[in-house]
Amino acid sequence: MSTGEPAHKLNYDTRWEYSPAPESADHARIDEQYGLFIGGKFVAPKSGEYFNTINPATEKVLSRVAAANADDVNNAVKVARGAYENVWSKMRPAERGKYIFRIARIIQERSREFAIIESLDGGKPIREARDIDVPLAAAHFFYHAGWADKLDYAFPCRSPSPVGVVGQIIPWNFPLLMAAWKIAPALACGNTVVLKPAETTSLTALKLAEVIRDADLPKGVVNIVTGDGSTGSALVQHNDINKIAFTGSTDVGRLIQHSLAGTGKKYTLELGGKAANIIFADAPIDQAVEGIINAIFFNQGHVCCAGSRLLVQESVADQVVTKLKERMQTLIIGDPLDKNTDIGAINSAAQLERINSYLELGQNEGAEMFQCTTKTPDFGFWCPPTLFTQVAQSHSIVREEVFGPVLAIQTFRTVDEAISKANNTQYGLSGGVWTDKGSKIFNVGKNIRAGVIWANTFNKFDPTSPFGGYKESGVGREGGLHGLSAYLNLD
Amino acid sequence: MDKKNQKRTTRNAKQKTASKKAVSTKIKRPAVDTPVEKARLQVNKTYKLYINGKFPRTESARYYNILGADGSMIANMCRASRKDFREAVLAARKAQLSWSNASAYLRGQILYRIAEMLEGRADQFAAELCATGASKSAAAKEVTAAIDCLVYYAGWTDKYQQIFSSVNPVASSHFNFSILEPMGVISVLCAPKSSLLGFISDVAPLIAGGNTLVALASESAPLSAISLAEVLHSSDVPAGVVNILTGYRAELVEQFASHMDVNAVVYNGDDTEEIKLIEEQAAANIKRVIIRRQGAKPGPYQISQAQEVKTTWHPIGN
Amino acid sequence: MGRSAQERLLKSPLPDYITRVDQVGVEERVARLCSRSIKKSSKIQALKLILSQIDLTTLEGQDTPGKVGQLCQKAMRLHGAWPDIPHVAAVCVYPMMVTVAKKALGESGINVASVATAFPSGMAPMHIKLDEIKMAVGEGADEIDMVISRGNFLQGEYRAVFDEIAMCKEACGNAHLKVILETGELGALDRVRHASTLAMHAGADFIKTSTGKIQPAATLPVTLVMLQAIRDYFYETGRMVGMKPAGGISKAKLAIQYLVMLRETLGDAWLCPDWFRFGASSLANDVLMQIQKQHTGIYQSEDYFSKD
Repeated sequence: MSTGEPAHKLNYDTRWEYSPAPESADHARIDEQYGLFIGGKFVAPKSGEYFNTINPATEKVLSRVAAANADDVNNAVKVARGAYENVWSKMRPAERGKYIFRIARIIQERSREFAIIESLDGGKPIREARDIDVPLAAAHFFYHAGWADKLDYAFPCRSPSPVGVVGQIIPWNFPLLMAAWKIAPALACGNTVVLKPAETTSLTALKLAEVIRDADLPKGVVNIVTGDGSTGSALVQHNDINKIAFTGSTDVGRLIQHSLAGTGKKYTLELGGKAANIIFADAPIDQAVEGIINAIFFNQGHVCCAGSRLLVQESVADQVVTKLKERMQTLIIGDPLDKNTDIGAINSAAQLERINSYLELGQNEGAEMFQCTTKTPDFGFWCPPTLFTQVAQSHSIVREEVFGPVLAIQTFRTVDEAISKANNTQYGLSGGVWTDKGSKIFNVGKNIRAGVIWANTFNKFDPTSPFGGYKESGVGREGGLHGLSAYLNLD
Repeated sequence: MDKKNQKRTTRNAKQKTASKKAVSTKIKRPAVDTPVEKARLQVNKTYKLYINGKFPRTESARYYNILGADGSMIANMCRASRKDFREAVLAARKAQLSWSNASAYLRGQILYRIAEMLEGRADQFAAELCATGASKSAAAKEVTAAIDCLVYYAGWTDKYQQIFSSVNPVASSHFNFSILEPMGVISVLCAPKSSLLGFISDVAPLIAGGNTLVALASESAPLSAISLAEVLHSSDVPAGVVNILTGYRAELVEQFASHMDVNAVVYNGDDTEEIKLIEEQAAANIKRVIIRRQGAKPGPYQISQAQEVKTTWHPIGN
Repeated sequence: MGRSAQERLLKSPLPDYITRVDQVGVEERVARLCSRSIKKSSKIQALKLILSQIDLTTLEGQDTPGKVGQLCQKAMRLHGAWPDIPHVAAVCVYPMMVTVAKKALGESGINVASVATAFPSGMAPMHIKLDEIKMAVGEGADEIDMVISRGNFLQGEYRAVFDEIAMCKEACGNAHLKVILETGELGALDRVRHASTLAMHAGADFIKTSTGKIQPAATLPVTLVMLQAIRDYFYETGRMVGMKPAGGISKAKLAIQYLVMLRETLGDAWLCPDWFRFGASSLANDVLMQIQKQHTGIYQSEDYFSKD
């Protein structure tokens, strides 16, 4: 692939600039300090400790959040066990479902507040929080609510029953959505929950706790304990937990799987990815370019199923890369609360450091880097959308998950070569295929070892659609009918 | 390692003592009172490993003894090494793509063919079962149950997909469906007491679902499994789809659980220490761990538990 | 274009591969572009730009010199109260009305555009279509809006479509040629893309969605596909081709969405009347009301703005 400049260039530096269009944050209520949500109310942590949660776009403190220690976790599990034994497992399933419907409705009613806080606390563009995270979170509760009294039909002849108390640990990339993704099926299947949000993004989970309280969900059915990795570890190691659901890095997932060995606890793991997004010469190229953008720059690339490896057929490689670079020039980077922002802030200083180390590594290994030239704000954590060309399969930026807006571009000649490159990874979460030819979609889709195949699209999610990985991308599925089994004991 | 070895030796010793207590033997050996001039020396069978459609001896050249119900020596079994296991995984990996891409119809035909071949050699398998302690009627019953089990799963190959797959009604303009795909290469630790039926119940649902595997036969009762290899070999089962090792479980269990190119490990049994060890080792590559308790009901769930779910999205438009 | 150039064009090969288009992907991109929030000064800038890009249009059987004359007055004075408002780009009329319009617009700098080639159906013999173009140009038309023969295109007679456009281009002389694809009759976005590419290769100065006589007329997805075709043609040849969505664009908000799409697809060079037009009859007043709202903060009534 030549990376030479195209003969005729377009200019996106225009006389017509969009004026700032910030979403007003006035509507969002954030308390100065949050306790742990245990037994239906916010309580002070036994640890007595709190930590700051900041806005990664400004580095300003938004609130203080309780740091749960092992005692706090123990307390939460005890309360969840009580709620399971005394209330939730005895409730008629249809009534259980109605509580979940109620939660879905309240999220919809408060959608704007959720979107604003999600954007403030996590750095994601308000457009994404508003159009994707929050509506999907509500949809997850809606979808699963209806399952509560229909589980016998999902698993015929298997007498489904709840597993008991489930511990759930969620990441910082989709804080509210992941909470919904975890809590909704757990409740629908009759379990009670202790959920630990990610350290840097606790606020929307705590706002969800308010929703749960306002929905009059029986006390103790959902408990939320905030804290860092040690809180999560206490949850994983607690003896009275029946199941762990974890979404996060493969390294931590591995530790969890290891530490759960021999305990008899069920677990599901949603881990990392390094998905190949394959563009064939007969693809709808303009839509494919947009698909590449969505695949890697959605949510600043903080997406486990991101299409972080672009495989493009040699005969269209120049065309695709040219278009991609020009498209990148129209991405708007900056204030996450601005309704026109496409690329928000990197979630934390630590993550930015990790991404930057890969940018350096990529260049040191001989790849050629291209970045959007847009100026980023002076405060906060920012990484402009980045491409690497002249990349080989052996490069770290091809093999390792960067979890940032960084795309490694490789070319291929034949279908078999594309499949082979796509599968040459320890991960197997997702894959993209772009071609106008139906039979090729089925062939490539079948041969990519990954749990989700996006053909002529990318990064689509729906509560009815099972999600989860092959290989080191995880164990089990979440969402859809197939995701329910993780929260049930089956004959 | 020393401790482990010690433990194994103790366990082995225990097994030997246990089998000495058994009374009857079914495999005929030359009786002492036959006149020398009429005596015919029986040709004993050499039991070997089954790897990649071939019957090699263990590369380690080690063996261990299988004793009959009366305590007499029945056979020298190969004591497979970790290198044998490695070879077997290579074979299973090589066979994986074509076996998982074989049509469900063909897989069904092949499973049925195994049943046919087994039926034809029912007496041999019954005799082997008797040799290791089963009563004649129990042995006959087990062989017929094993044949029927194969027929049962032969009939599932082109049906389980219809039961477990789904079209998912997503809210956007996309066609979205989920199907099952085999997990890939599976290592199988057969039940300690696994005889013929046990082995077939362990293996049939896995290959019915398009997986390829390496099975470690029961340490104390490996005869049926390794004889079954001969049946598989003559039943159109492609080389490498089923690989069978014999040997010391304690020596191999860690390899079975930790190998980075194995996608799942199936454990049959209830030894909590072994389960813990397997689950710990499996974390190395986020291997799926499937624990099967004794007496698991046959059914399509035995197939689906060793399957991945793949979900595909495609736009609906002009 | 000289005779030899014309012959070369007629013999030139058709574009051999037309990029595929995925409808859902286009719609998703459109939805995302429409989520742009255009506020404050950027909105006023856009509204003024829109006014300057309008082809103020009347294409009715009942058109009279009186009606066309009034329209020309409106074209020159969109809102008498504001002197700093730009005038529209062109007045678009039938060939019979070119003389009237030309006279009324005088030295205003507003172009006269004339539809031709048996608008809107295109169902006429070739020589009549060419005569019609020559007549309109002879009367002073600065721009010709031709329709393609959709029948030919749908039959797969791409050579005929290509040659027809090439001949019309030649008949235009110095007048600019806008080629109406009538996308509402083409059936799918792939075909829109194909027709766009064909028209540009045959010499179109502008490509235009619709006559306004067929529903659906201009849509955002169709326009995006055409803009992308223009971009690819530009990459390939370096020649800029203009774009004109027409029919059904009557609200300022929608027009701004078209501009956003234009800006983010073709960039700065196209953000002017030379390269982008709105074919519209009632858009101007809604834009004026929006400008007034921006200045005063008060929502407006149609009664305060002259209809034509």
